[in-house]
Amino acid sequence: MTSQQAAWNAAAAVLDPEVPAVTVADLGILRSVEMTGEQSVLAKVTPTYSGCPAVVAIEISIDVALREAGFEPTIERVMSPPWTTDWVTDEGREKLRAYGIAPPVKASNSVRALFGDTVIACPRCASTDTTRISEFGSTACKALYKCDLCHEPFDYFKCI
Amino acid sequence: MDKNTLFETILRLADDQLILGHRLSEWCGHAPMLEEDLAMPNIALDLIGQARALYAYAADVEGKCRTEDDLAFLRLEKDYHNILMVERPNGDFGHTMLRQFLFSSFMVLFWERAQNSSDETLAGIAGKAFKETSYHVRHTAEWVIRLGDGTSDSHERMVAANTALAPYIGELFEVDTLTEDAIGAGIIPRASDLRAAWEIQVKSVFDEATLIPKFDLLAQTGGRIGQHTEDMGFLLAQLQYVQRTYPNMTW
Repeated sequence: MTSQQAAWNAAAAVLDPEVPAVTVADLGILRSVEMTGEQSVLAKVTPTYSGCPAVVAIEISIDVALREAGFEPTIERVMSPPWTTDWVTDEGREKLRAYGIAPPVKASNSVRALFGDTVIACPRCASTDTTRISEFGSTACKALYKCDLCHEPFDYFKCI
Repeated sequence: MDKNTLFETILRLADDQLILGHRLSEWCGHAPMLEEDLAMPNIALDLIGQARALYAYAADVEGKCRTEDDLAFLRLEKDYHNILMVERPNGDFGHTMLRQFLFSSFMVLFWERAQNSSDETLAGIAGKAFKETSYHVRHTAEWVIRLGDGTSDSHERMVAANTALAPYIGELFEVDTLTEDAIGAGIIPRASDLRAAWEIQVKSVFDEATLIPKFDLLAQTGGRIGQHTEDMGFLLAQLQYVQRTYPNMTW
């Protein structure tokens, strides 16, 4: 394994502090990890929502993970192009569902997905008979739904 | 375009988002229901997040070793160049929803076009802000309709809010010499060009809400050159309290 791969693996394994079921790589917020010297690496990270309070925590976690793996990291925050929920990997979507969070609908550029005309399936029973309770949930990236079949409330990871 | 024009352009945008984000955060713990107690701070978080990205960029452009925090917390009142609408007191819940709807309906059009900005960083910030703002418009439009077309009490309150906010609409579309330079350089869209689309969008919601549009009142302006309403001083006293009392404190 090259040191480039080792650095990527160390950084990619960092879990999201708000949704510890998925890693920063699953979410697509770890953009790149490049070797810039013998041991120095540059990790590029992008925030999800503009006001995501977890951004700093995530950057620190990546920094720590890389240091523990023997690297000297620099973390750079990249704004452009902006992160979208389309970057959440298929594996990440499956992990979210298993954790009880309905994954974001793909194609965030469609006005339909943005404005919530799409059908959200319950992450527990897969019923599409669901109702939105609130546009804004426990974190900026989630909305509150309930399932009208199994009656469980659940979070939906909103499209942006 | 000179550096100062870019700096000032970014700063104006940042100030609008920060001040309105601060106003919304005043609702935290006071909303009429739990979902709204989550919704308003969430919208505030989006706005303050956008402000942070903009301040960080402005500080970078300025190149005078000021940080995003210096810009947010350590300027004098006259150096904040936000529009007046965002600094006005919250009023009741309906007033806050209507103000947010009027403002976000403008910003969603602004950010949509700013995604094509000739400035790559601003285009990136706009891409994210556009989608976030779309949610703010949808959420507040629902409330404007529900309250405007609600009980006689809620309707009267929305009529009062509409009357109180109407004089601050015109400033959204203001263009001055500084904006002209930024528009000419392709940094930002021309605000006055967004007016027709804004009026159509807002009017369709007002129709459902049984509210009468008052779009053409003589505008109260001055925010862009630092002439604020009395309430701005009180707002800053609270916003800046910690940094003024314990200079350079970090946490």
